[in-house]
Amino acid sequence: MTDSNVRAADRLDLLTAETSEGAQELQRRSSTNADELGREAGAVLRLDGLTLDPTSIDFDRRDDETMIINMGPAHPSTHGVLRLMLELDGEFVLRTKPIIGYLHTGMEKTGEELSYIQGGTNVTRMDYLSPVINELCYSMAVEKLLDIEIPDRAIWIRMLMSELNRISSHLVWMATNGMDLGASSMMIYGLRERELILAFFEKTAGLRLNLNYVRPGGVAADLPDGWQDDVLVICDTIYARTFEYDELLTGQPIFRNRMIGVAPLAAEEALALGVTGPLLRSTGVAWDLRRAMPYLAYDQVEFDVIVGTYGDNFDRYAIRLNEIRESIRIVRQCIEKMPSGDYRSQDPKVTPPPRARIGESMEALIHHFKLFTEGFQVPAGEVYSAVESPRGEIGCYIVADGTAKPYRMHVRAPSFVNLQAVSLLMRGGMMSDAITVISTIDPVLGEVDR
Amino acid sequence: MTSLSSTAPPGVITSEALAADLCCFPTLEQYVDLVASFRADGFEMCVDLCGVDYLEHFDRWLPEGVDATRFEIVVNLLSLSKKERVRIRVQAGDDAPKIDSLFALYPGTEAMEREVFDLFGILFTNHPDLTRILMPEDWEGHPLRKDYGAGRVPVQFKESPGPR
Amino acid sequence: MALEDLQHNFLTGPLEDIVRWARRASVWPASFGLACCAIEMMATGGADFDIARFGMEVFRNSPRQADLMIVAGRVSQKMAPVLRQVYDQMMEPKWVISMGVCASTGGLFNNYAIVQGVDQIVPVDVYAPGCPPSPETLMHAILTLHEQIRTGEILKRRHEGRPVHIDGAAELWTPEVPVAVRVGTPK
Repeated sequence: MTDSNVRAADRLDLLTAETSEGAQELQRRSSTNADELGREAGAVLRLDGLTLDPTSIDFDRRDDETMIINMGPAHPSTHGVLRLMLELDGEFVLRTKPIIGYLHTGMEKTGEELSYIQGGTNVTRMDYLSPVINELCYSMAVEKLLDIEIPDRAIWIRMLMSELNRISSHLVWMATNGMDLGASSMMIYGLRERELILAFFEKTAGLRLNLNYVRPGGVAADLPDGWQDDVLVICDTIYARTFEYDELLTGQPIFRNRMIGVAPLAAEEALALGVTGPLLRSTGVAWDLRRAMPYLAYDQVEFDVIVGTYGDNFDRYAIRLNEIRESIRIVRQCIEKMPSGDYRSQDPKVTPPPRARIGESMEALIHHFKLFTEGFQVPAGEVYSAVESPRGEIGCYIVADGTAKPYRMHVRAPSFVNLQAVSLLMRGGMMSDAITVISTIDPVLGEVDR
Repeated sequence: MTSLSSTAPPGVITSEALAADLCCFPTLEQYVDLVASFRADGFEMCVDLCGVDYLEHFDRWLPEGVDATRFEIVVNLLSLSKKERVRIRVQAGDDAPKIDSLFALYPGTEAMEREVFDLFGILFTNHPDLTRILMPEDWEGHPLRKDYGAGRVPVQFKESPGPR
Repeated sequence: MALEDLQHNFLTGPLEDIVRWARRASVWPASFGLACCAIEMMATGGADFDIARFGMEVFRNSPRQADLMIVAGRVSQKMAPVLRQVYDQMMEPKWVISMGVCASTGGLFNNYAIVQGVDQIVPVDVYAPGCPPSPETLMHAILTLHEQIRTGEILKRRHEGRPVHIDGAAELWTPEVPVAVRVGTPK
């Protein structure tokens, strides 16, 4: 707290000391050992002995020729509270080190204290741009541990909501990407389209964001009456507008110059770093969990997996734009093929009874009470279950010990692993390219830090 | 269970696993060689590396011949070419857990191992930069350990049983 | 907020009214979006819930040029000194809206990692509840703040803590002791 007796200069020193993260930051070259220099310089992939290439851009630099700059956590372009320390030689970036943890929420610890029904509310706030997919990952892991089947309608509703969420997440990406590159009208368009989807979410689940909709056993509520019309309006509108984005961005020379050929990623590098999602597909590897290891009903719908060629920024932009179109295609098929039936499993040990029956039946009241105070028991075991989020593979590793709360809940966040590619991609580029690189990696710091 | 086209080398205890094709339980000495053999066998990606503190659930099921310790490291590998997953669980130790780093095989484990060090206190030998990643640099303690409280602030009307 | 709010005409109106009108009609927020609430803040700035009609669409990235800090999202222990630093760099007069339950009280996350309420670090003027608060809630919070600006004293410095009288308020209000201006809760 400020004390008016403290002089401004002392306060500045104090605050600089308080916001410094010590050993987590980028150190001067002279005080960094060879192993770490090699890792930061991108020599991480030479697995047999570490020798820095003499023609490498950062081989022969003294400490006073370069500048270590901090792109602090409160920054407009870092997509959240990401802190980057850059070593700059004029305009060129030599080394980068991301420092994360500014949004660490202790969600894995909180997950151990919440029952399995409540766990969705926790997990949904990790990747706050695709909350339905977080919940889906968690619910599928719990259902595997419980070894229950969920009805077809629940599966298709989950798929519909996941794809709508994928569209809205990619729209936010296009909006923020446009904003980062200076096309601020793209920000307005992306958010405007997204409002259509959020209005549908609010109609179905009650909330626009962080909807606690997908739960173990099915979904929380059935789709509202007339949902086919609402969703068709969404599909038609957004599909037509993706062509407007093409006109605005894809062919525009300034956009192309800033994105084409910038920060290419090779397939071997991506696989070695554990990168998944559009970042991996931009390098040419056609890996999409919805196609390779289908879950829900993805093997019964037709869609294409979009793959890039050069792994540069433009490929990643094009992949996300076209994934919007592919998701719209899947949503249309969901509208046609949606089966009727229950929207959640009828197993009374897992699913709460309908509220109307609580006043009539004693068992319903008891089940409701037990499920919402204590929760359902899950037999002991461990599972790792993964789905495809707009950022990559999101996986949930749960260790159950037979009680009503998970013993250990760990979420494999795609942005956390993708962010390791930042050092590699920014190396040798210019400062302005650094912004576009962070933007196209599309990190969501909520899931990076958890 | 689908049949796995590659198997673990002899001497390593394996079992079936939920939502994975195989679960291996190497000892600390067998650990890196096992991962290297999987990597050579087509498992191009290390998807996840996390730690578990079994302090309060010490008697979890483990196959015959595996000595349970308090800390465990769980590694999930993925083969894109064969579309298979493999899980590897290593018993890392009780008091001063220490294990080899997989950085030389899978550079993508760098951030994951730092997170396990930060939140559990498990040391990784040969890791290039073992510093805290999620907590502030001067934080004391390892929050995800079971003997580290959740740090709840008392709230009126809310009864919290707290961690087990 | 238009000129008809002034008691007298433009040339003879009291200086305070003019200054208060200027201050509330163009409050520039400092972009301090942290988590999910930041997305709703961006949506408020978007076309459907336009805050540009209140003069606030310029999210100044430099705290030196900003008036309002909307703390949108959960504040972790590592972020707390950064938050204070950004707040200190803002020039007087400055206001703080605590958006969402995580910023107001710690919200869903009552644990070691989250500061239980951003008012432990900075003085807050308006709290907006919700997880996340919908854009309508955030706009109501902003309009409440505008009301506070419209009726507050302009020559009072925040640190001196002299109480300020709002017409119609039951008790005195000082910015250092935040009144729970609960948006949306009926009296």
